[in-house]
Amino acid sequence: MSTLHIVNKSPFETINLNSCLNHVKEGDSILLIEDAVLGALAQNKLADNISEKLGEISIFALLADLSARGIGRDRLISGIKTTDYAGFVELVANNERTQSWL
Amino acid sequence: MSDEVKKFLYVNRKAPYGSIYALESLEVVLIGAAFEQEVSLAFLDDGVFQLTKGQDTKEIGVKNFSPTYRALGDYDVTKLYVEEESLKERGLGIDDLQYLTYEDEDDDYKEKPSIKVVSRKEMADIMAEQDIILSF
Repeated sequence: MSTLHIVNKSPFETINLNSCLNHVKEGDSILLIEDAVLGALAQNKLADNISEKLGEISIFALLADLSARGIGRDRLISGIKTTDYAGFVELVANNERTQSWL
Repeated sequence: MSDEVKKFLYVNRKAPYGSIYALESLEVVLIGAAFEQEVSLAFLDDGVFQLTKGQDTKEIGVKNFSPTYRALGDYDVTKLYVEEESLKERGLGIDDLQYLTYEDEDDDYKEKPSIKVVSRKEMADIMAEQDIILSF
């Protein structure tokens, strides 16, 4: 009964990721793509809020978008996983619905 | 096509007129209404501004589409959920919104309000019970 939430905007520019975090349910997943991967950086201003949620939900960042922005896996908030495009497809297939936070 | 009725939720998170999202959403809702699915609309974040009353767009040269929300009831779109926290954060209340109604055919066509103010938690529950979510 879980939802895959997809966020694609920087959390330093829009409230999309914040609003998403406020509406996720236990067992849901969030996938950060495009500029939203900036939100995965350790010690950013949303990091505490994100870490708190990681107990009940899974958060993924798209590797291609991290790499494009020069962000290594070692720079991410502990507990955030990375995924490639094939993993993206699997996430969509393994959740009952997807919700984009445009 | 399958005859199965699905639960559709249209999620509106942007103010009208600054971008085309709000108008596009309304148009898709009206088109989608012809397919007789179970439709709900969610208004949160800046999306709550779509429903304010007294919109006047004369001076910005675009069509004021806010009266169109009043037609939704005739298309059997009768569930408009507005997030309470989003209203409050913007200094708004239910009285700042249009009073939208529908005629309940199961209750002697009594006129009933379409807008329901819900908490953030209730909004999350509503999202989690949908088959299809369309975001605008």
